[in-house]
Amino acid sequence: MASWGEASESRLIGKRINRLSGKDKVTGKAKYTFDINRPGMLYGRILRSEVAHATVMGVDTSEAEALPGVKAVIPLIEIGNKLRYQGQEIAAVAAETDDIAKDAIRLIHVDLEELPHVVTEADAMAEGAPQIREDWAGNQSEPNIREDGDLEAGFAEAAVEVEATYSTAVQTHVCLETHGHVVEWEDEQNLTVWASTQGVFGVRNDFAQHFELPANQVRVITEHMGGGFGSKFGPGIEGRAAAELSRITGKAVKLMLTRKSEHLVAGNRPSMTQNVRAGATRDGRLIAYDMKGHGTGGISSGAGFQAPYVYHVPNLRTERVNVAVNAGNQRAMRAPGHPQASFAMDSLMDELAEKLGMNPLEFRRINDANEVRQAQYTLGAQEIGWHRRNSVPGSGTGVKKRGIGVGSGLWGGGGGRGTEARVTINADGTVEAVTGTQDIGTGVRTVIAIIVAEELGLNTTDIMVKVGDSGPGLPSGGSGGSQTTPSVAPVIKTAAAAAKQKLFERIAPMLEAPIDDLRVGTGTIYVVSDRTKTITWEQATGQLGMESISEGGHWDEELRQNGAAGTQFAEVEVDTETGAVRAIKIVAVQDCGLAINRLTTESQINGGVIMGLGQALLEERFMDPYTGRMLNANLEDYKVPGTLEIPEIKSIVFDTHRRVTGVGEPPCIPTPGAIANAVYNAIGVRIRELPITPDRVLTALAEKKA
Amino acid sequence: MDKFSYINATSLEQVTSLLSESGWGEVMLIAGGTDLLGELKEYVETPKTLINLKTLPGMDGITADASGLKIGALATIDDIARHPTIQHHYTVLAQAAASVATPQIRNVGTLGGNLCQRPRCWYYRDETINCLKKGGDVCYAVDGLSKYHAILGGDPVYIVHPSDLAPALIALGASLKIVGPEGEKTLSLEEFFTLPATNPFRENVLEPNEIVVEVTVPQAKPNTKSFYLKAREKGAPDFALASVAGVFEMDGKTCKTASIVLGGVAPAPWRSKEAEAALTGMMINESVSQKAGADAVQDAQPLNDNAYKVTLTQNLISRAAMMAAS
Ligand SMILES: Cc1cc2nc3c(=O)[nH]c(=O)nc-3n(C[C@@H](O)[C@@H](O)[C@H](O)COP(=O)(O)OP(=O)(O)OC[C@H]3O[C@@H](n4cnc5c(N)ncnc54)[C@H](O)[C@@H]3O)c2cc1C
Ligand code: SF4
Repeated sequence: MASWGEASESRLIGKRINRLSGKDKVTGKAKYTFDINRPGMLYGRILRSEVAHATVMGVDTSEAEALPGVKAVIPLIEIGNKLRYQGQEIAAVAAETDDIAKDAIRLIHVDLEELPHVVTEADAMAEGAPQIREDWAGNQSEPNIREDGDLEAGFAEAAVEVEATYSTAVQTHVCLETHGHVVEWEDEQNLTVWASTQGVFGVRNDFAQHFELPANQVRVITEHMGGGFGSKFGPGIEGRAAAELSRITGKAVKLMLTRKSEHLVAGNRPSMTQNVRAGATRDGRLIAYDMKGHGTGGISSGAGFQAPYVYHVPNLRTERVNVAVNAGNQRAMRAPGHPQASFAMDSLMDELAEKLGMNPLEFRRINDANEVRQAQYTLGAQEIGWHRRNSVPGSGTGVKKRGIGVGSGLWGGGGGRGTEARVTINADGTVEAVTGTQDIGTGVRTVIAIIVAEELGLNTTDIMVKVGDSGPGLPSGGSGGSQTTPSVAPVIKTAAAAAKQKLFERIAPMLEAPIDDLRVGTGTIYVVSDRTKTITWEQATGQLGMESISEGGHWDEELRQNGAAGTQFAEVEVDTETGAVRAIKIVAVQDCGLAINRLTTESQINGGVIMGLGQALLEERFMDPYTGRMLNANLEDYKVPGTLEIPEIKSIVFDTHRRVTGVGEPPCIPTPGAIANAVYNAIGVRIRELPITPDRVLTALAEKKA
Repeated sequence: MDKFSYINATSLEQVTSLLSESGWGEVMLIAGGTDLLGELKEYVETPKTLINLKTLPGMDGITADASGLKIGALATIDDIARHPTIQHHYTVLAQAAASVATPQIRNVGTLGGNLCQRPRCWYYRDETINCLKKGGDVCYAVDGLSKYHAILGGDPVYIVHPSDLAPALIALGASLKIVGPEGEKTLSLEEFFTLPATNPFRENVLEPNEIVVEVTVPQAKPNTKSFYLKAREKGAPDFALASVAGVFEMDGKTCKTASIVLGGVAPAPWRSKEAEAALTGMMINESVSQKAGADAVQDAQPLNDNAYKVTLTQNLISRAAMMAAS
């Protein structure tokens, strides 16, 4: 049975190891797609709709085409078609400089017939609202209904009930590197694309299909990537437009989205509203749950969330609809649906516990079947000092009040098949590991080096890792669903083991020992029954002559596991005069199985917590009902956490088994719920709407006073 | 942004004569550019010519002596925030300066630019929206999204004045020196700023052919305590949801005079005569300070989304007063 071995036997796996690309990144040497420049390259720009809903009556590109330096203008929408949100693509331009391209798109004249729009859920759901999707009466999808047990009987059994509405705002991904590509045709049949993507092979296949090329004639390269969070899986309209412009002009084209477009069209986390009525028994069992909810993923569907979340309720009815608004489409965003669900459920849990007069942690223990989380509750409570919380919420003295809260989450992250990899050992002792995955900032490049180095008794810096390139034809899946490491690691491990085995076969005769007796040391190979027979790595590989060893691997289920439970505890301080909420400390206990690199695992947890904190306290898309426009499509009024917002984060790698589980997404799930509960514990007033900004805090405090 | 020509300023005469060639918007001044570049990139302004003020000699100095402070319009926000005399004797100003934006912006942003910066209103900054301030028919904030808008002095335009330095300087009794084609004039900084009822299109009395050259602040009185309290959603960079510049001449716990100027709540820095009256001559305690806060906002007229600013402003004022007494 394949295994990662015992922790005590590991030299590198499970240790804290610096990223291989760390130095390049901090010195600016690392080249992102944004940094790629090709000889004779043109710059692409896209003209986008400034209105939320209109029919295109005409597009006149003649003035743009006549502008000196403009090399091509292509339409991206047909006359007579509808524009259904601000930011939708109308035409694209390629020009000698980015400035000329920018000027050129302003010279394209668009004749529009404006249509009535709805950009907020309230407006979309209102009686008599203009219908913006032909297939959705009242701008709502068919309800998704789930029933279990006997709801009425459940409520009859309930000793306490809570009825409340919880809601969260639309959040955008805010990838620091915006979406985009540099595209270059070598000839009519061969295309090279530098893409800021989470899925090198997906993008390759998409381009190949679009241009009807054999897949191996499209090469996609993603050396370094500046954040995707679920929003960067395909080439998108902008990628195809860049390729088209490049094809027409015969020149390389760089087309990166602006920050504004990034907010408008490059995806978002849908909003969520839950109207819940729930009950619990006197002894603290969740017994009935009735939820009607909705969310918007813009003009598209996909505004799903789980309800109830994590905790089991035997009797329930839930009804959920997607609401269409004239705004850019949602895309998967770090644990899609989960942080919203967790916020609502964990808020509800605290409200029920309070009605029962029960410690909220105790109440969770009773209703949580997940054993991992049960253990995490104990550890997290200890780390945050759970006993310090206000037993009567809001009872702290002074203007600035502190509180402590808890939230929970669950994710899969078990990986899957579909990765091919190759580990090569050369006669000069060098080792290469190649696979078509991509390092989107999570550190998989280093993870691969660690696994190979461990297997071969080398150091991570001895391994040349090549990822983010479809050229070698070794496919791997997109980096989504926290699947990268659990998908890639087993294949690398088995490939490295196979290569090692081949090396042993080749040198066994020289060492006059059976193959099974050979072992790797640190930079050495020795015979386990006769340690005098020890040779250096180079001596061993020197035997290979002209014949390198090159082995593939396979995905071994035994090396990974699905299911990552998480719990977070937050301590906050609320200034009751200004409404400002400051996170003081967050303890994140994250189940993750074997952490191949403990350092980057902790980084993932830190990053997740920060993103969750942004959703909890700051981030909100503002859509203007009248103009139909997003008013904060920038980083001034769309506020993401900065260094001053970041609290002490205690990231606890909760590794209960030695199989690999992905951990990219789950750490952002419990944060909003934990923070919201901490705010309640601090001030004794519950804020049921994210983000918890000063206006909401002050309004809630004023309502309580009144 | 559109193309423009760029002229390095050599003298005030040259600047005012270039400015006199047109009205607003054709020829524009650029100092640090931290505000102006945003406007150009969003096509909110499309000048044909920019005059670079940073080449003007001797306009970036800060001098502090017995007569008070003199700060050149080209002094950077960072220079002001770090100046030892300002930190000790004009604390409210140093604190206000330190609260501006980020280190990068403070390093290049100037005093003159800070006082003359344009509104941040999200409708104003959107090229495609032609609101009242830009010559259109309506102020979109009235029925639209008004979380960051004015609660005082709004009608008919509900921007808030974004400057942090202005409230502090006004609270310190600062004056402003302006140079135009006809020479120089000095006016109190308070009179410099105007409300939209007077002129909905501009935020101050500056004429298109004038330039701000210097701010003077009278010597701080002994036993003066001063503070700048700024509430914001995010540590940095963030503009004030509401801010209070308070300068208190104290005799023990008794307030001899108080100067209270609010930021982030009105289209101009807002002197609260009501709060000042509630504090002057009073022994400051909880109820006096709370009354000062309440008096300051009694005429507030919040829009749909900004009623919270009423409470916030009130609380900040009482907090400042309590700090003066402690
Ligand atoms: C992200 C961000 C955050 C910010 N946060 C804050 C904040 O928290 N608080 C705050 O107060 N400000 C803030 N600002 C605004 C910032 O631009 C100003 O504080 C800065 O001082 C402007 O100075 P400047 O020299 O760069 O002005 P410029 O951009 O050069 O000029 C601004 C305007 O003033 C005019 N002007 C400049 N100098 C003169 C002069 N001598 N006479 C007449 N007119 C002149 C220009 O023509 C222009 O219209 C922020 C800006 C940004 C981009
Ligand atoms: S507040 Fe002023 S700038 Fe904003 S929409 Fe109203 S008129 Fe325009």
